[in-house]
Amino acid sequence: MDVLTEISLYLQRGNEEKVSAFTRQAIEKKCAPKDILNNGLIHGMNIIGEKYKIHEIFLPDVLLAAKAMYAGMDILKPLFIKGKIPTMGKVVIGSVQGDLHDIGKNLVGIMLRGAGFEIIDLGNNVAPEKFVETARQENATVIGMSALLTTTMPVMKKVVDLLKEKSLNNSIRTIVGGASVSEEFAREIDADAYGYDSIKAVECIKKLVHQR
Amino acid sequence: MKKIIKIATGDVTPKRRDVLEMQGIPSDKKPSKKVVTLFNGAVEFFREQARPAGIMIGISKPEFENIYYGEALNEKETPLDIIFRKADHLALFALTVGEEVSRKITELFKTHEFALASMLDATASLGVEKAADSIEKLFFNLLTQKGESTPATTIVRYSPGYCGWHISGQKKLFTFLHPEDIGITLLDSYLMKPLKSVSGVLVAGNKKIHMFKDSYPFCTQCTTRSCHTRIKQFAQTRTSNRDD
Repeated sequence: MDVLTEISLYLQRGNEEKVSAFTRQAIEKKCAPKDILNNGLIHGMNIIGEKYKIHEIFLPDVLLAAKAMYAGMDILKPLFIKGKIPTMGKVVIGSVQGDLHDIGKNLVGIMLRGAGFEIIDLGNNVAPEKFVETARQENATVIGMSALLTTTMPVMKKVVDLLKEKSLNNSIRTIVGGASVSEEFAREIDADAYGYDSIKAVECIKKLVHQR
Repeated sequence: MKKIIKIATGDVTPKRRDVLEMQGIPSDKKPSKKVVTLFNGAVEFFREQARPAGIMIGISKPEFENIYYGEALNEKETPLDIIFRKADHLALFALTVGEEVSRKITELFKTHEFALASMLDATASLGVEKAADSIEKLFFNLLTQKGESTPATTIVRYSPGYCGWHISGQKKLFTFLHPEDIGITLLDSYLMKPLKSVSGVLVAGNKKIHMFKDSYPFCTQCTTRSCHTRIKQFAQTRTSNRDD
């Protein structure tokens, strides 16, 4: 079995020690860091995502695999130019102003990172201006917003409107999610996508990035 | 009379099966060793960090009507609007498992202990629900001590933000109950801090008053559907009583 397959397999088992060891071994064997990333780590996470989608594995398994992936990425990071891992795109995420719930948002961030995106996590209680300004400054492709409360959902509309006001809505796309949010609401406020769960959010964001 | 309630962490520690179910693992699946280790770790943290406390106050129907009316943002028709009027006794309550648990969850996420963080989050969420169950029991015992309960008395809790009771109802509820006494504060968005807290009204009355059809317009958007399970239980009890 080649070393990249070993990385992928141990990542799927959530074994961070083995993932770290095989990542080091792959570097010693002069594998290109990008190959280790794509054909080892991201490959493993993609399989995890697929298995999770069909309920073959469950949330704790996904999160253990994600931890193993982060361990591998930490080793790879210094090998990329300026320590920046090549990404599929940059996504700004956060729980909207007035909302302190961030478990769902964290899960989306973890899954996105696993799929090869760069994440700028603004945390919770994030003002609309902060979402837009950060996305603009960082040249992000997508803003992902989470809300658990019905009272904080209007903040999502503010972000969408602010992007339109600044004529950024074509370059920065929006996705909304959270317990109180629905597909209908996403359409109502003119968000570009609705992520029912973390897996769906990753799928939608991939599409949004591809469309751009 | 206002009552501050001390709750033992051991009494609100949820069962493994319930926590794993909340993590999406069906109850008929045997959890892996890794998952069991995660659960044990989460429970250990919960026992170390949780500071469960509750507060409760009896309230008259006219007083509750004003609190329920809140900021005039409730749905036009709600089950609670009908139920509380048929109640024998009402009490407002709030409870929390404290801020430390939430801090620990954040810390675990930051250190990439995602699975443990998520498991602790589920443990704490269920811990709050268990604490709310214990307050329902306490209210029942208080009524029984005063000779104000009957064998048919059932206590069910309802919270702002659910079943058409707008979340802004928290404002008047907090003014009346003062959950600040146990460290719960209300944010402008009506969110409670610590996050792992719950508030609402305990409605004591014949179990029949709590049964309603979940066909209100807002029911279609409800993700919990906990009323469904609850009503089903009452219906089953009623059938078995009838059969007896």
